[in-house]
Amino acid sequence: MYLGDLPKMTNIDTHVGASTHAQGAGSALVVSVGQWITSSDHKKIGRLFIGTSLLSAFLAAVLGLIFGLERVSPAHMEIFHGDATPQMFALYQFALVFGVLAPLFIGIAIAVVPTQLGARALAFPRVAQFGFWAWLFGALMVDISIIGNGGPGGGATDLVDLYLLGVALAAVGLLAGSLSIATSVLTARAPGMTLDRIPAFSWSALVGSFATLLSLPVMISTIIYLYVDHTHAQLVFGGNKGINSFLGWSLSQPMTFVFVIMALGVLAEVAPATARTEQPLRPVVLAGIAIISTAVLGAVTQTAQILDWAGTNSDKVKSTLLHSLFNGLPLLGMLIVVLLSLLCLKMGTPRVTASFALSLLGALMIIVGVLGNGLYTLKAVSLDGTVFSEGVVLYLVYGGLLSALGALSHWAPLLWGRAIDNTKTLGLALIGLLGTILASFPLYIAGFADQPANIVMGFDYDGPVALWNVLAGLGHALIVLTVLGFVGLVIDAVRNGESVSQEASA
Amino acid sequence: MTIALPAAPAQAPRRQILVATAMVSASAFMLIIGMIAMWLKFRAGAPTRDSADGLKIIKDWMPASVKIPEVAANIMLTTFPFGALMAQWAAYSAKRNDSSHRSLALAISFLIGLAIVNAQVAVYSQMDIGLADGQFQTMFYAVTGTMLLLVVGGMVFSLVAFFRSVGGRDNDTDVINAHAFYWYFLTAAFSVVWFVVYVQK
Repeated sequence: MYLGDLPKMTNIDTHVGASTHAQGAGSALVVSVGQWITSSDHKKIGRLFIGTSLLSAFLAAVLGLIFGLERVSPAHMEIFHGDATPQMFALYQFALVFGVLAPLFIGIAIAVVPTQLGARALAFPRVAQFGFWAWLFGALMVDISIIGNGGPGGGATDLVDLYLLGVALAAVGLLAGSLSIATSVLTARAPGMTLDRIPAFSWSALVGSFATLLSLPVMISTIIYLYVDHTHAQLVFGGNKGINSFLGWSLSQPMTFVFVIMALGVLAEVAPATARTEQPLRPVVLAGIAIISTAVLGAVTQTAQILDWAGTNSDKVKSTLLHSLFNGLPLLGMLIVVLLSLLCLKMGTPRVTASFALSLLGALMIIVGVLGNGLYTLKAVSLDGTVFSEGVVLYLVYGGLLSALGALSHWAPLLWGRAIDNTKTLGLALIGLLGTILASFPLYIAGFADQPANIVMGFDYDGPVALWNVLAGLGHALIVLTVLGFVGLVIDAVRNGESVSQEASA
Repeated sequence: MTIALPAAPAQAPRRQILVATAMVSASAFMLIIGMIAMWLKFRAGAPTRDSADGLKIIKDWMPASVKIPEVAANIMLTTFPFGALMAQWAAYSAKRNDSSHRSLALAISFLIGLAIVNAQVAVYSQMDIGLADGQFQTMFYAVTGTMLLLVVGGMVFSLVAFFRSVGGRDNDTDVINAHAFYWYFLTAAFSVVWFVVYVQK
């Protein structure tokens, strides 16, 4: 048959098809971007959270590296001047806690939990999607305001308002994500899957989300007061200078304990899979995860409970009880999960997996952070106001980051349809561990040398203190390397890896 | 070749809106409690002064010139349970497939919300204080303004549920029950605000 014998319509159709294909390259990109922006697919929303949080981890570690360099020789390496330094520290802390720790686990939970539950879909996917964009734009507003001298203590009044709105919007975004996760676990489980039968990570997602839903509104209530006061009166909360003293608790302990609950859930999930056996004391593990949520009680009091043995015996007992409740119980919950995960390993036939190594090392780093916080809150040790607190936050955040990388490695087939190279990820786990210890532990020591927190100038860094700060900077550099390396491994797996069954990892 | 039946579709979620509303209410309650806690902290830190009759020493928290219109505040307190009652009536009607009463109850709960907003505006108008006049005034507007926003949220909920009801959604019991739950929460939250802000001052 000759082409001319074909009906004319066929020719036209062919032409249209070809033309569409030619335009498709551009329009496909637009469609793809549009789908990512408006998608209600829980995996896409989760990957948006995860990708942006990893970018934030990279930026936070770079900031930490810059501060480490500055502290080595402040006179010669001053990068941030005057009022900019405390504001950049505020950005650094915000990026660590609200840019990395909280959204990373919310993203993982959004991506993984519905599949674990056998649910049709995530509950309120549009709410979760709104949560991502609210969190992202809130974080961007915080960045812009601080760059424009509008952070805590900043001089640009309008931008200080923008900072407060940005923090509130980011918190609302995290609340929306948490609401979606908790509702999914409570209402969208497969038939027969009662709450005591759900996977450990889904349980930790429920506990962590509920803890977030109860604690973040208290932070928003403080922001409402600060915003109203700052825009109208500046009589009550000390204007821009008072922001940190009223809002600082939300970026430190025990609020950060709330955000690491899911990190312990990752370990509880990965350990039996690594040991190729069932967790014999599963109810106790679930109870351990639930106990960590007692940190909410500490968070909503908006203060770190100090253990002070001065005064009468009654005062001592009261102080010890409160300290134990807010710091001891979360620690107890974490120890239960870690010890029972190790017991599970002993009872099974374990293999060496990067996901287990990362989640175990992450959990251990978190525990070192919690122990450090216990020490920091002892009045007799006199560490208040020192850089020790920064070391605690770094142990918790970088420990959480390692756990999250373990989770991503474990659920890579589910998220990307590909498995990540186990040996290379194990290497990254070691680099990440070294980075976490180097970034955090030297600050513990520098805290005992009375190095003040959140400033660079005005302290003599000569002698061993300079060395601690060099090591801390090196630790941040290794974390940068870990994040970049992991992203590289994911890209390599997606491009060159073999397709893996998604059900295997769910 | 293996022959097998296709997997059954996943089960539809159960009472999703009610559960989500309960969690939103818990969050909003923490928001109000957080604000009240801060209010009490500042109130406790205020200096003391003699009362107007000179018989007592009281906290110098609310300026002596400020008068809270207690009638309007008490009317608000008694109106909230009526809003919850109407919302519960809507839930009861929905259970009995009584669409006309369901819609009527939802409309009334919206109007009750409107009445509460009106009462709050009356309180502001009668007090005649500026937002930047002092510590008490700033915090008063922040707490009551946040409560007002939560009430407006309840009104929007009532309106949406009303339109869905009028539109013939007879199987909307989950939404109607969630709406009732939210009104119960509003009643509980305002009771706390009323006691601390309007009574204890």
